[in-house]
Amino acid sequence: MEFSQITISAALPEFILISLALVMVLIAAFAKQTETDGEGSIKLVRTLSLLGYFAAFLALFSVPDGRIVLFNELFAVNDLVIYMKGLILVGAFFASWLVSEQWGEGVDRPEFHLLVLMAVIGMLLMVSANNLISLYMALELQSLPLYVVAAMRTSSLKSSEAGLKYFLLGALSSGLLLYGASLVYGFSGSTNFEAIASSLSGGASVGMIVGMVFLLSGLAFKISAAPFHMWTPDVYEGAPTPVTALFAIVPKVAGMTLLMNVTYSAFGNITDQWMQILIALSVASMIVGATGAIMQQNIKRMLAYSSIAHMGYALAGLAAGTSEGASAVVIYMTTYVFMGAAAFGVIMTMRREGTPVEKISDLAGLSASHPLLAAAMMVVMFSMAGIPPLAGFFGKWYVFLAAVNAGLIPLAVIGVLTSVIGAFYYLRIIRLMYFEDSDAPLDDGASHQNRMILIISVGFILLFFFGIGTLSQEAVSIVSVYF
Amino acid sequence: MFYQAIVFLPLLGAIAAGLFSLRQQNSAAIAVSVSGVVISFILSLFAFAHVAMGGNTEIVSVARWINSGTFEANWQLRFDTLTAVMLIVVTGVSSCVHIYSVGYMHHDKAIARFMAYLSLFTFAMLMLVTADNLVQLFFGWEGVGVASYLLIGFWYHKESAHTAAMKAFVVNRVGDFGFVLGILAIFTLTGSVSFDAIFADTASYQNAVITFSGISLPALEVVSILLFIGAMGKSAQLGLHTWLPDAMEGPTPVSALIHAATMVTAGVFLVCRMSPIIEYAPIALDVITIVGASTAIFAATVGMTQFDIKRVIAYSTCSQLGYMFFAAGVSAYPAAMFHLTTHAFFKALLFLGAGSVIHALSDEQDLRNMGGIWRKVPVTYTMMWVGSLALAGFPFFAGFYSKDMILEAAYGAHTGVGMIAFWLGCAAALLTAFYSWRLLILAFHGQPRASAEVMSHVHESPNVMTLPLIPLALGAIFAGWAGYELFVGHDMAAFWGDSIFILPSHTAMEAAHHVPLWVKLLPIVLATSGVLGAYIAYVKMPHLPAKIASACGGFYDFLFNKWYFDELYDRIFVRPAVLFGGWLWRRGDKGTIDYFGPDGLSALVGRLSSRLVHIQTGYVYHYAFAMMIGVVVLLSWYFSGFGR
Repeated sequence: MEFSQITISAALPEFILISLALVMVLIAAFAKQTETDGEGSIKLVRTLSLLGYFAAFLALFSVPDGRIVLFNELFAVNDLVIYMKGLILVGAFFASWLVSEQWGEGVDRPEFHLLVLMAVIGMLLMVSANNLISLYMALELQSLPLYVVAAMRTSSLKSSEAGLKYFLLGALSSGLLLYGASLVYGFSGSTNFEAIASSLSGGASVGMIVGMVFLLSGLAFKISAAPFHMWTPDVYEGAPTPVTALFAIVPKVAGMTLLMNVTYSAFGNITDQWMQILIALSVASMIVGATGAIMQQNIKRMLAYSSIAHMGYALAGLAAGTSEGASAVVIYMTTYVFMGAAAFGVIMTMRREGTPVEKISDLAGLSASHPLLAAAMMVVMFSMAGIPPLAGFFGKWYVFLAAVNAGLIPLAVIGVLTSVIGAFYYLRIIRLMYFEDSDAPLDDGASHQNRMILIISVGFILLFFFGIGTLSQEAVSIVSVYF
Repeated sequence: MFYQAIVFLPLLGAIAAGLFSLRQQNSAAIAVSVSGVVISFILSLFAFAHVAMGGNTEIVSVARWINSGTFEANWQLRFDTLTAVMLIVVTGVSSCVHIYSVGYMHHDKAIARFMAYLSLFTFAMLMLVTADNLVQLFFGWEGVGVASYLLIGFWYHKESAHTAAMKAFVVNRVGDFGFVLGILAIFTLTGSVSFDAIFADTASYQNAVITFSGISLPALEVVSILLFIGAMGKSAQLGLHTWLPDAMEGPTPVSALIHAATMVTAGVFLVCRMSPIIEYAPIALDVITIVGASTAIFAATVGMTQFDIKRVIAYSTCSQLGYMFFAAGVSAYPAAMFHLTTHAFFKALLFLGAGSVIHALSDEQDLRNMGGIWRKVPVTYTMMWVGSLALAGFPFFAGFYSKDMILEAAYGAHTGVGMIAFWLGCAAALLTAFYSWRLLILAFHGQPRASAEVMSHVHESPNVMTLPLIPLALGAIFAGWAGYELFVGHDMAAFWGDSIFILPSHTAMEAAHHVPLWVKLLPIVLATSGVLGAYIAYVKMPHLPAKIASACGGFYDFLFNKWYFDELYDRIFVRPAVLFGGWLWRRGDKGTIDYFGPDGLSALVGRLSSRLVHIQTGYVYHYAFAMMIGVVVLLSWYFSGFGR
């Protein structure tokens, strides 16, 4: 292996974060021994990881244009990968920024930020994976720290349960994925995406399709697409809220990008076959996400179903199998990150007498006690429901447009119908905030970083339509690498 | 600018008054709306002098309105003699009514809204009469419909008022439907909606036919009858008249403005405006004559039996509109317009006088509870006399000239339908005099029938309500004498210019001046007998009416119940429509659309949602099982061959 200039610049974000992780391991280890200095080291670790994400984000700009394959063809970057890495880093930055040093819930330890950093490294490697081996390695690097942070709140049974469930089901999904990978390897003779693709130029054998089904099922678990979604509500509810925020915002982007990579580059020759899987996943996710959320009382649980539905919409774009569909997914995921950051920006200010609360009914009368916060939440909810001219509308619009243009009209119709159902529970929150009174208002005083995140993300949602023209052109050009 | 101002000043007044009404600034609202209309009236006088007396036709452009494909409608105001006459009538009566309303409505908190509606109505009516094409005319036509709806239902907290408003709107829609079809037919026929273009070569369409579901009909006849159906709706002609008496639920100034002088005359105006087409449609002319004459006699018979003071005048209006239509039907358009003008003055006077009576008697409208007040309200009493004399057509009052002209023209037409119209018109003239004096006697004379408390409050209306009556009374006295030569006499041809077209073979106007003496005298004799009859029946022998009523039994009920038109319509149209609507609502809307749509979907979602919540057991092995099921389903999809 030769470390040329190009190698370094192409993988620079990963290099930066890995070096930082090594430093942070040491800091965390020493902080443990001097308990009294615990808070200071959290602050240090958090600041370092934020700086790391920022530096890695800047480093993305040094990555050369065009497709570059590195490390024995295990690692590839192209325009889409760079864009998605940027999105992941932005999401990770938001997620870490949201966690104040005094949050509690078990996340007030230096290891939390370290683990998140490791997971982010896993995600960056995931989207760059160009080989089934590196895919699996990156996926596990992403998953293992997430299992741990989900169970981080050791004092809470729910949190431990969430971590354990996530781990067990994650292991099952890894098993599915590995089994599929081995079948694909067996029938194509290679683990390299290009080699797999060229072996499929004459069509797919039955074994190949079985392998692909297993492989995609394993990936569907990561983006919590139905019917591999069952862990999502329990884990979202049980995990500490900052961890839920992280789950909701970042891994979905990585998983979706990986899915795009696998389907378009490895299985690009058998589009008709994988399209059907994605359509099935998309329909199931949209229906489960929209209907499941209605009965929920816990806002984190509701957002879990909401994220399932969002993945269903994004998959509808992917299922179109066209460059239009792929660019729609890029737009969708972009809006998704900001909507998620904004939603959790509001949720994490929900405290009553110092304790975080997470019932939907706790939002009642928010407009009277916290008008600005309620307005922000209203924008987010309208955007998630897909009301123009907010960001969420354009995400849905491009996805459904792509589906219709690809001839998948029933899929688009189901999508629109489930959006209507979805609008019900988003609007229910607005109704609660604006038309109902509460006898016990929430605490005042959002933290500084919460306020900043809300300003940035809500501003993004509100002003998105000024940039949609540019973004949609950009999205078409970055996905052109696959078409 | 001058001409545009006439039309748009009332609109500005309406908007400003509407805005003021939001802030309860009543006096400001009154000031702007009244001054808008009064200035418009003064400008109209100049316009009349220039256009009608000077013999000029002015076309003033406002804006390009619709330009779509071959369809072109420019927003132009047309000022010819016909328009100028209407301008005087509309702005003149409207000014009086505006001023009168200041007094009549001063107790009402919403007076600013009322003034805004009045001005809005005036604007719409001006749009109607100044229209240069049919689409613009239709805009004004619908505009007056809306304003009338708002004004009839002004006291919207009264159940009867908003029912009446709705009824007026719905019945008018029937007519409007005919009008719209007429406009479309004209556009298909001539390719234009602009008056100049339509009228340019109407004669060449004489033999054109319109084929509708296999039946070929003469085009001009169809067009004329469709337009007349529209006119029937607005002008409350027999069949579509049922809304007018109910519309008396509105405040009295509204009745004076809309249901006497302006809106209801729009139909007559339309027929005169479209004379270049209708002249070539002999069947349509006969239809107009018959409908007009029937309305004249029908409404007069009903008017004899009513006890609501305003309803009596409303049926009288209906009847007088019938006169105007049969005048138009025998090609005596100038006579129709002449009667329209004089009628506007004396009928507005009667309505405002009636309003004054109602006001004096603390909002009492039933003639049976009036009487014996003539000494206490001398001005009102005098005004009602003037109005009634003019209405009955006593010599040298306005109605004498115009109504006699109509009857003479009908006689002079020398056609079958003309003679029918003449005799029905004469009979109606007798009844008119009868019910007018019945009203006068019951309202002002005899023993007071109101309660002592009400009687103690009887007082003459304030000056702001009596002064506007004076110009109207002057009109009712002198308009006929002053306008005779211009409208229907020697200067007729020069006065009307091109605005009215009469085929040379239709000589009713000319023949009207050469009828036998008995034809000229008959209306006067009949009117006098009517008055005498009323005097005998209600003063000399007050028990007579009840005896006659009971003697006639069924016939009296038939008249009293307005020929059962409302009941008939209720049976034929309203109830089946309600039943059908109810069926559609229960079966179609609730049973199908809601059942499978919103309700069904939400129930389905609810069921699905609770099912999902049940599946979400919390057991890891259930979750794992679901995942495996998912994989198995996807695989079997491919193995069963669907995926290939």
